[in-house]
Amino acid sequence: MRAAALELKGVPVALRGLAKRFGTVDALTPVDLDIEAGELVAFLGPSGCGKTTTLLLIAGIYRPTAGQIYFDETQVDHLHPRDRDVGMVFQSYALYPHFTLFDNIAFPLTIQRTARNVARERVTRVAEMLGIGEILERRPSQVSGGQQQRAALARALVKQPRILLLDEPLSNLDAQIRLQARGEIRRLQRQMGITSILVTHDQAEALAMADRVAVFCQGRLEQFATPHDLYHAPANTFVAGFVGHPPMNLVEGRIENGRFRGAAGLELEVDVEGDGPATLGLRPEDIRLDAGGVHAGEVAIAEALGRETLLTVELGSGLQLPGLQLKVLVAETEAVPPGTAVSLDLAGAARHLFDGEGRRIP
Amino acid sequence: MEVFQRRWVGTFIVILGVTFPIALGYLWLVLTSTNREVHGLWPIGGWELQNWRFLWEPIGRRPMIWQVLLNTLIFAGGVSLLVVTVSAMAAYAISRMNFKGRGMFLGLVLVLHAFPAVSLLIATFYVLVMLRLFDSLLGVVLVMTAFMMPLGIWLLKGFFDNLSWDMEMAALVDGASRFRIFFQIALPLAKPGLFALGIFSFLIAWGEFILPYTFIASSRVWIFSIYLESLMGDLSATDFGLLTAVGLFYTLPAVIVFLLGQKYLLQMYYGGSKG
Ligand SMILES: Nc1ncnc2c1ncn2[C@@H]1O[C@H](COP(=O)(O)OP(=O)(O)OP(=O)(O)O)[C@@H](O)[C@H]1O
Ligand SMILES: [Mg+2]
Repeated sequence: MRAAALELKGVPVALRGLAKRFGTVDALTPVDLDIEAGELVAFLGPSGCGKTTTLLLIAGIYRPTAGQIYFDETQVDHLHPRDRDVGMVFQSYALYPHFTLFDNIAFPLTIQRTARNVARERVTRVAEMLGIGEILERRPSQVSGGQQQRAALARALVKQPRILLLDEPLSNLDAQIRLQARGEIRRLQRQMGITSILVTHDQAEALAMADRVAVFCQGRLEQFATPHDLYHAPANTFVAGFVGHPPMNLVEGRIENGRFRGAAGLELEVDVEGDGPATLGLRPEDIRLDAGGVHAGEVAIAEALGRETLLTVELGSGLQLPGLQLKVLVAETEAVPPGTAVSLDLAGAARHLFDGEGRRIP
Repeated sequence: MEVFQRRWVGTFIVILGVTFPIALGYLWLVLTSTNREVHGLWPIGGWELQNWRFLWEPIGRRPMIWQVLLNTLIFAGGVSLLVVTVSAMAAYAISRMNFKGRGMFLGLVLVLHAFPAVSLLIATFYVLVMLRLFDSLLGVVLVMTAFMMPLGIWLLKGFFDNLSWDMEMAALVDGASRFRIFFQIALPLAKPGLFALGIFSFLIAWGEFILPYTFIASSRVWIFSIYLESLMGDLSATDFGLLTAVGLFYTLPAVIVFLLGQKYLLQMYYGGSKG
């Protein structure tokens, strides 16, 4: 309610063939991305895949090697950061150690030459909204990590930017505060309707918070989709293996006459025309243990995960070559010790098929 | 605990041993300057302030000591201020900005550092004469500053290198220009380095002799080291009592500055800012 007074309005962001090269390293290969106004998009990917680089390109810290950036249909990639009107939270928070929290948060307003009393009022309001109103006279080194994170967020929000960029803002917090901060950021972002990009390498965070997730790998955008689609229709084997926990089983093999043949005599009917090499993806949580199942095997490892147990089942052990291991997630009550002979029921499992290049076969 | 203390005592004895002769020297200086005669370290003939007469009357045709003191303060203060200002700007640019020839510039600075100032005296003399800065305080200040720049740049570059890039990027996103970042973020955080360099160059300039001696001719702009040298000029007539008193007077400001700035000087060796 108090937030309403801040009157933030997000704008759509578009990246067109955006690329960045550092010397000989392609940190980002041409990327096209359309982010809608008020949307929260997560950039997800392993370390070094170009997430921060993309964020800094949008913020205007780096100059793109190629491509354009549009905010609300206006090209901005030639603009100085200060003319782009973005707020950013850095992974290290990057607070100014010699300023108090108040001065840190007020810094963007000082630069804009906002009238002193207006600035004071806005800083106080943002700080109170984030629950750090009482400690504004302290220096960054005199407050906790969670409070520093809030101060950094307040500094990003105080100038009422059109776009909010968050570079792993939660990675330095302990698990409990992290969950709380997740909800808080999401709530603020919704309230203000501010277009936001959240960089993270924690997929749970991305899937839980974002409207849509952009998955990066080695400077390439692998897929840009809703969490639902990412999980149910991964665009390629990288996304299939990266999103979801525990990761999807990926079985290499061939498609012949509408049947997929993998290692260890694994054979399944698939609804695909044409023959050729293929990869079959099966989520561990989709596979059932079934006494009468056709795929016989033996439990090799059993990992207790709390409510569930992750079994590694060796198929076609013995004389059948080559062997094949499948991960199967079962309820704790169904767990069996290693060495037990089991058979698997794959009938109910969604079959994700990928072609020889690893692209999804629709 | 015990071991630690015993080792500490050992260290103390070593330090005492090394500094004892130096301390004795200073004691001698004090005694000689305030007594009629001193045998060994034993004052004879009682107190007198005759040796300190330079404080209220000119010695021979030399300028008043207060004029010399003022000149020396201007000289050392000017050098200190200029070295800090120029080094800070240069060091920031070298540390944080990408420009053509940055590596070469850095190498050149290092080479300059290796040059003994004395080897450039004659060339510098011609330059000063050409600029009509010979025999002026400004001229020596500039030369002295130039010779101290490599050290200053390298020292402060270390401080700026330690500042996080994230912080600078955050400031850019907040809308700051590079100038604002330099003045409001980088300089305050490099403050220990600035103080250290300022005090260090003040002390060096305070003790400098060769450059002022070469580039200053008229007694109007004499500084302390030249004044002191003039007292030792002809050995036969040297008044050692006077010499010790002037020497003592000359050391005092340096000692005060050193004591005030000791903690910053120590930082120089750690070379970095702590939050
Ligand atoms: N300033 C730079 N100079 C040279 N190479 C860089 C620079 N910044 C990033 N890179 C390289 O570009 C690639 C992408 O880096 P980036 O920081 O965008 O990764 P990231 O996805 O943010 O990773 P992380 O999750 O570890 O933060 C990396 O290979 C990195 O080494
Ligand atoms: Mg990063």
